[in-house]
Amino acid sequence: MKVIPIVPLADDEGEMQSLYEAQKKIYPRSVTGRFAWWRWAFVWLTQVIFYGLPWLEWGHRQAVLFDLEARRFYIFGFVLYPQDFIYLTALLVISALSLFLFTAVAGRLWCGFACPQTVYTEMFLWIERKVEGDRTARMKLDSQPMSMEKLVKKWFKHILWGALAMWTGFTFVGYFTPIRELGLEFLQTRMGGWEVFWVLFYAAATYGNAGFLREQVCKYMCPYARFQSAMFDKDTLVVGYDVARGEPRGARSRKADIKQLQLGHCVDCSLCVQVCPTGIDIREGLQYECIGCAACVDVCDGVMDKMGYPRGLIRFSTQNAIKRGWTRREIWGHILRPRVLIYTAVLGALCLAVAFSLAMRTPLKVDVVRDRAALSRIVEGGKLENVYRLQIMNATERPQIYRIGAEGLQGIAVASETEVSVGPAESRWVAVRLQIPYGSAAPGSHPIYFRIGAASGDAHVSEKSVFLVPR
Amino acid sequence: MSDFNANFWSVWVAAITLAGIIGCAVLLWVTAKTKVPSHSDNTTGHVWDEDLSELNNPMPRWWMWLFVITIIFGLLYLVAYPGLGSYEGQLKWTTRGEHAAEMKQAEADLAPLYAQFTAKKVEDLAGDANAKAIGERLFMNNCAQCHGSDARGSKGFPSLADKDWLHGGTPDKIIETITKGRNGAMPPMAAAVGSADDVKNVANYVLSLSGAPHDSLRAQLGKPKFAACAACHGADGKGNQAVGAPNLADNTWLHGYGEQAIVNMINTGKTNVMPAQEAKLTEAQIRVLAAYVWGLSNIKSP
Repeated sequence: MKVIPIVPLADDEGEMQSLYEAQKKIYPRSVTGRFAWWRWAFVWLTQVIFYGLPWLEWGHRQAVLFDLEARRFYIFGFVLYPQDFIYLTALLVISALSLFLFTAVAGRLWCGFACPQTVYTEMFLWIERKVEGDRTARMKLDSQPMSMEKLVKKWFKHILWGALAMWTGFTFVGYFTPIRELGLEFLQTRMGGWEVFWVLFYAAATYGNAGFLREQVCKYMCPYARFQSAMFDKDTLVVGYDVARGEPRGARSRKADIKQLQLGHCVDCSLCVQVCPTGIDIREGLQYECIGCAACVDVCDGVMDKMGYPRGLIRFSTQNAIKRGWTRREIWGHILRPRVLIYTAVLGALCLAVAFSLAMRTPLKVDVVRDRAALSRIVEGGKLENVYRLQIMNATERPQIYRIGAEGLQGIAVASETEVSVGPAESRWVAVRLQIPYGSAAPGSHPIYFRIGAASGDAHVSEKSVFLVPR
Repeated sequence: MSDFNANFWSVWVAAITLAGIIGCAVLLWVTAKTKVPSHSDNTTGHVWDEDLSELNNPMPRWWMWLFVITIIFGLLYLVAYPGLGSYEGQLKWTTRGEHAAEMKQAEADLAPLYAQFTAKKVEDLAGDANAKAIGERLFMNNCAQCHGSDARGSKGFPSLADKDWLHGGTPDKIIETITKGRNGAMPPMAAAVGSADDVKNVANYVLSLSGAPHDSLRAQLGKPKFAACAACHGADGKGNQAVGAPNLADNTWLHGYGEQAIVNMINTGKTNVMPAQEAKLTEAQIRVLAAYVWGLSNIKSP
């Protein structure tokens, strides 16, 4: 066994420190700019979809509804059964591959712009700013002793937070219970116990995550944040500080000659630290806490404009580009790397496959289960009979009549009802008897095919089974 | 009800469980008390493999409180629920009890539905689409294992979809059959019939009753010997529903068709059992089932 020695570093032991650290509250300063605009655009886009989708109607039902009790999943024109689980799998794989691709190209884009944790924190922060004021005002308010004004502000903020959180919880549950009925039940105070529980549960989760935990989720709890670093390489776009341009940092007046003062472009205004939602100093280089939200980019560009220096002291760039002073064109030239190409190819193929499969989907499913007790029997008229149970699943929203046929053996015929009616979005078990003339097939099991088709329309499926002939 | 066959193992499991929780608590307490020197470069001061240094990223303190909460939760759980060896827990919760409670709840939920059914005559119930659908599901879960999904039975298991009844096909009789079960017993009759040759003759006579292919000479010889069988099956072989004796003069062959099958039956007899369902199903469920079964042979399906 090889012993790996632990060699202490330079012996500059400072004060003694606990293994746990108390949470330092972060007061992000408000920021405007290109990337802030994009973030708000994503807040609107994602939340209009999230809050709006359950209210859309499709014919006589909610357009998107996941009816867990009936095990039917309605998504616009589709009625999905649990047997369509593969589509959920595909969706998750597509989401994962998209995350890999975006991360490889542009770092933690998801984290900084579209992640619910970021989006809801942004919304809660907006409320907080409207009620308590911006960073300095909030810090001052928190350091004050309790007063009437403080009490009113805090209460008002929490009431607004609570309302938004409840609305979020209500909307979430509305994906699983028809939201209009849920709203009526709520207004008439007769919501079911479980519905109340889940609304409160998701409300509490939203309130806690977006109101209090915020960056702690990204720093300590989020699994994606941990493994996204594995998809970074030196050519991944990250928020970076141009050390060569910025150092040595220092305050100066706008008219000062920096050559003479021997200063870099960084004026050490610390705005980039003040706007950071995770409270880090980006000038110390790439850190695992950085979620790539580019708030520091926006605020630093503003300062550079004021100072009359070129923008981009802090910018989206790659580690290679910052080190070697590449131009934008050179960065673009490094985008097409093997990992990016592979992710793109797999993602594209999968999206095509899913789209194709959904377009070609037959709105009918059939499971065939042979009766295990009655293997085969001889019936009147010199026939040999096998019994099957067919689960016929109607994935349309109209009542359908299905015709059952069988083939694969000489003289095989359906002896039971050949036409079965199934209600809209319902599934039905029917017993089906198949017969062949006695002695027309050798003893043993013979592969046969059930052919089931809708009487109206062109939904046809074929299911394999076996026909047993006794010895 | 304990899964332990000796008290020692119960104590053993409880001790390991508690030691684990206490161990976690001690570890947590020690780490909360520990202080380590900090370094200016924000590392822990440890270096592996020449250049791999460990950054100092302490856990948030609220995370430690989560651990404390889980420990408290674990202890409360062990007080309330079974977990410490054979200790039952204060709530006396068992899976069996939960199942019973759920069944009771389900029965209470379904009571109004079944109340509509019990008010109706079985014959009318058989035509009620809703009752029929429920009856079909009950049949699939409780009866189809023997009688087949299509209720047509198989060798040794009677068909319920024809007009041929062993014990009677009136709704009341069907309810009685499902509730109390049935015992079909045919004693070995070879001694009463006579020699092996006599048995063969009787078998041929039985075949002749339903006009099946047979040796007419043997059937002639077997006819007087049939007296031994007539006690149950009747002088004309038409069976007797009071004792569950099958009709021998029709085309239904429950235990197999042909001379050999009949000879075997006479020689060895048969005991056939339909288990009683009263412990499994409620009276209302049996009623709905009986309506479904009765409907199979008395209502032409649309």
